[in-house]
Amino acid sequence: MSRIGQTFTALKAQNRKALIPFITAGDPGKGLTVPLMHALVEAGVDIIELGVPFSDPMADGPVIQRASERALANKVGLKDVLAMTAEFRKTNATTPVVLMGYANPVERMGYEAFAQAAQAAGVDGVLTVDIPPEESHGVADVFKAHGIDPIFLLSPTTPESRVEQVTAVAGGFIYYVSLKGVTGSASLDTEEVARKLAMVRAHCSLPVGVGFGIRDAATAEAVARIADAVVVGSRIVHEIETAPENEVISRVKHLVQDLRRGVDAASK
Amino acid sequence: MKLTDLPDSRGHFGPYGGIFVAETLMAALDELRVEYDRARNDPAFLAEFEYELKHYVGRPSPVYHARRLSEAYGGAQIYLKREDLNHTGAHKINNTIGQALLARRMGKKRVIAETGAGQHGVASATVAARYGMECVVYMGAEDVARQSPNVFRMKLLGATVVPVASGSRTLKDALNEAMRDWVTNIESTFYILGTAAGPHPYPMLVRDFQCVIGRECVVQMPELAGRQPDAVIACVGGGSNAIGIFHPYIPFEGVRLIGVEAGGSGLASGKHAAPLNAGTPGVLHGFRSYLMQDENGQIIETHSVSAGLDYPGVGPEHSYLKDAGRAEYVPVNDDEAMAAFHDLCRFEGIIPALESSHAVAHAKKLAPTMKKDQIILVNLSGRGDKDINTVAKAAGLTL
Repeated sequence: MSRIGQTFTALKAQNRKALIPFITAGDPGKGLTVPLMHALVEAGVDIIELGVPFSDPMADGPVIQRASERALANKVGLKDVLAMTAEFRKTNATTPVVLMGYANPVERMGYEAFAQAAQAAGVDGVLTVDIPPEESHGVADVFKAHGIDPIFLLSPTTPESRVEQVTAVAGGFIYYVSLKGVTGSASLDTEEVARKLAMVRAHCSLPVGVGFGIRDAATAEAVARIADAVVVGSRIVHEIETAPENEVISRVKHLVQDLRRGVDAASK
Repeated sequence: MKLTDLPDSRGHFGPYGGIFVAETLMAALDELRVEYDRARNDPAFLAEFEYELKHYVGRPSPVYHARRLSEAYGGAQIYLKREDLNHTGAHKINNTIGQALLARRMGKKRVIAETGAGQHGVASATVAARYGMECVVYMGAEDVARQSPNVFRMKLLGATVVPVASGSRTLKDALNEAMRDWVTNIESTFYILGTAAGPHPYPMLVRDFQCVIGRECVVQMPELAGRQPDAVIACVGGGSNAIGIFHPYIPFEGVRLIGVEAGGSGLASGKHAAPLNAGTPGVLHGFRSYLMQDENGQIIETHSVSAGLDYPGVGPEHSYLKDAGRAEYVPVNDDEAMAAFHDLCRFEGIIPALESSHAVAHAKKLAPTMKKDQIILVNLSGRGDKDINTVAKAAGLTL
């Protein structure tokens, strides 16, 4: 079983839900990413989503777009992200790392070469936002052959007929996008999400994480009541953007501890 | 499989094209694919499209024998397909009418578009006014500043123009932002994509709507010149005017198809927009094609004197035609395009768009290598009124 699978199994045994934060690698500085990853673990997260910077982040809102631009200004590319993961792995052998990004940097490196390098670096899952299952033939298999879970999105607009098609190729967990729109979008209707998750679960045995629109302990708790994992991106990236550089780690840690309390409150 | 049978059912032209978008857009693209499939087999839809092209756009656009230009270039006879004479002044309107009719069929009351130079934005605002739809146009902040007359035209037509300040603040960023709007307002909104690119079915449907250009030429050339041309030349940014004139000529094996990319300050300078000449395949904006990218797979900024060619990708069918050897793609630099612009003004009394001037500039190189009884057909995709400020600036003048 993959590190991601083990993590969800362990959490289930404790009747707890996973907290999955997202940060963009190289934001705010090249040297801060690995310390931030360790700080996230200390604050109680279960899986880390590490964003691979891309020049044209079509599915992201302004907050994560700006993070990508800062990281690119710091000259951080896919190879650096793999190096950061390897560095993190030197002192953490248990927390799964999921790379999240767009197809082109991976396409440029080559899927096989990337999968080998990612496995060697200790990457556990890969989510390429703009590769839907229809275009993933081969890609998901290449990842799986290297012990990497191919993670796919489902959305409010996904018809029931497609859910099985997506889950058939997916590994690790399903990332359910709770809102139409880009990352960082507004309010969240948990009742609507709960209805959709029931349908997803009818077709899928993988754990289901929910992201988009989670910004504080209260929304984290509400989502943790219905999902297996709570994914928080823009809110954390916003904290990184607005904190003075010497306070980034402490401010992010503080925020994530608060989100953790929210997630755990759902299990009580 | 014949070259004209493409794409396949998932939008692939060989290894190019496809659907590379986030999950939220998949259902909308599927809905569009299904509806377009019905529409293109519906005689009533096709009849209305044809009616609008005839009575609103003014089609067919003429083919014109540019005798003085041919004389000056000293070789093959040059014919111009006059897309500049269309309503709104470019080929863009052929596509926006087709997509607006589709939007109406699908019950969408709001349309959005991206634009670079503003021609597609104007064409979208025009059809939105014509069919009574709300229209929002995304335009890079850089382009808003350098194309102010077109921004005002769009506003006159009732559209909202949103300047995009992210990334390089040009066409590619406008496209990103239009996609973000679409994903947020997917139920109410139809995205009128401006070129034969993007995720399937856009490259196919934009091509189909633009093929009226080439189909007319196939009839007009024998009428006017007694035969089909030896070469067809068109400029290629995203590539919609080029695929529109090329596609009906694909089965004519004796006809060379030549696409002209923006060479900017020259390929060696790195400041250009010529992915088919100097790029590598990759994935951007929902499809796989040749791209301008660095060794890390980041998209690099492009340069062209012509805003309409200033795009780092190219429609997937062009990538396929290049690899298949059925079409050739060459670069033309800013200064060569500018010289051809002036040639057409002075020899023929036609002010061409700077985009189309790239095609004329290649005719200038090719014509002297051919015999006087040979024929080059140039797609004059748009008129140049929008470019007079740019041309004046290049000459060191202010208007």
